[in-house]
Amino acid sequence: MTDTIKTRMIKVYIMGKEYDVPEGLTIMKAMEYAGYRFIRGAGCRAGFCGACGTIFRKKDEYKFKTALACQTPAEDGMYLTELPFVPANKAEYELEELASGPNIIVSLYPEIARCVSCNTCTKACPQDLQVMDYIQASLRGDIEQAAELSFDCLQCGLCAARCPADIVHYHVGQLARRLYGKFILPKSLHLKERNDEIEAGVFDQEMENLTTMDLDQLKKSYIERDIEK
Amino acid sequence: MKIPYYPGCTLKTTAKPFEDTTKAVSEAVGIELIEMPRWNCCGTVYSLASDDLMHQLAPIRNLIRVQDMGYDRVTTLCSMCYNTLEQANQLVKSDPEKLEKMNSFMDQEEDYTGGVTVVHYLTVLKEMGFDSLPVKNPLKGLTVVPYYGCLLLRPEEISIDNPERPTVMAELLTSLGATVVDYPYKLECCGSYHTVNHKEVVCEKTYHILSSARKRGAEAVVLSCPLCEFNLDFRQKDLEQELAPMPILYFSQLLAISLGLFDALEFDQHYVDPKPLLKEKGLLR
Repeated sequence: MTDTIKTRMIKVYIMGKEYDVPEGLTIMKAMEYAGYRFIRGAGCRAGFCGACGTIFRKKDEYKFKTALACQTPAEDGMYLTELPFVPANKAEYELEELASGPNIIVSLYPEIARCVSCNTCTKACPQDLQVMDYIQASLRGDIEQAAELSFDCLQCGLCAARCPADIVHYHVGQLARRLYGKFILPKSLHLKERNDEIEAGVFDQEMENLTTMDLDQLKKSYIERDIEK
Repeated sequence: MKIPYYPGCTLKTTAKPFEDTTKAVSEAVGIELIEMPRWNCCGTVYSLASDDLMHQLAPIRNLIRVQDMGYDRVTTLCSMCYNTLEQANQLVKSDPEKLEKMNSFMDQEEDYTGGVTVVHYLTVLKEMGFDSLPVKNPLKGLTVVPYYGCLLLRPEEISIDNPERPTVMAELLTSLGATVVDYPYKLECCGSYHTVNHKEVVCEKTYHILSSARKRGAEAVVLSCPLCEFNLDFRQKDLEQELAPMPILYFSQLLAISLGLFDALEFDQHYVDPKPLLKEKGLLR
């Protein structure tokens, strides 16, 4: 007789069908254990890419919940589904041709004026961002605040999928950050100086030396390098 | 006096001079405006449908933010914001069932208790007393008319003054040294959002209001609403009838002039430039 550590199994319901899966898996892994393959709706599996936004419900709760499938543990009695993609509207624009002004965001995404401040987007955000607040900031032309509040957005699209006003928050936030970067953030002068130096060939010889060095020499010069304090 | 200040979207964009002059005036007269750190659109246009609570969320959420700040009053400048916030406020104060429903929907906020009152900035000034304003540069020789429009006065329940015969702006302007004349269109609607799809409606209104004011001798029209400002000012370029350009000013701009706060003035966002008139009267430095 051999001792085996018995994994406790939980029941989940995927697209309405019951499965037994081991406890402790993420929603994504639980679904894969049950035989589903993620062709879309999966990416980095580390909570950074935003591809695996999903919707679920817990046992005996009436509320729909949203999460990243790769970051959220499956629980006993959960109702799960695949949400491969959010087919949200995306405005087309040439950033170089845009002018920064108070109405620039609302002119590209006029539906933000339909926001009734219901806050459903904020509740849906797996990154816990103040989504409604950045839409409101966009509406009043406060690009800086919209950019800052949306900074940690992963573009999963759950906000847009839940919005009763059909706003595409994550694309609005992306536009705000682009405008912020192009028109509002101070230009980094040292970067331009360094680029000019590189283009003028200041570092060519040093680069040449490094790429032609043998391994021992390379290790030695690495250990003996000057470390900037 | 300390009071939370709800700006509203327009005050941060096309009505920036309205806000800038008000801030300068407040500082000069000892009103400490505490700008709300977090706010959303007022709801723009109070929804008249009795079962449409979704459109009451925006104003009530703003009142929850005031409650969170620990205050029971909030002031605002834009007539539209004032009207929408206070009408929604009165709706939920008078209908506990609706308030309960909205509180239960906004389950991530503290419940709104109905303890906040929205006061227009004109009311705040009036409470302080127009006579107490430290006027340094009286508006001598300037003849103006106040224009109230709809939103400060209707419906009666939220009116900042007698809804049929308001005097608050005339009293303020008189105490600043201006000559105020009366005319029959001070309560007329400017045409509001018809300006988007039916600008001819607004042009007709604008013409009636401004030509009447002109006939009574007014040299400028004074108001408190960014939408009225746009309609009465910018629609002058689309008029079919002949009308000498009439400058449109926010009451706070004339307040700033009369208190000598010239650095706060900015007239770039007007269609009819008020500067020639103000210079002619010797009111600008």
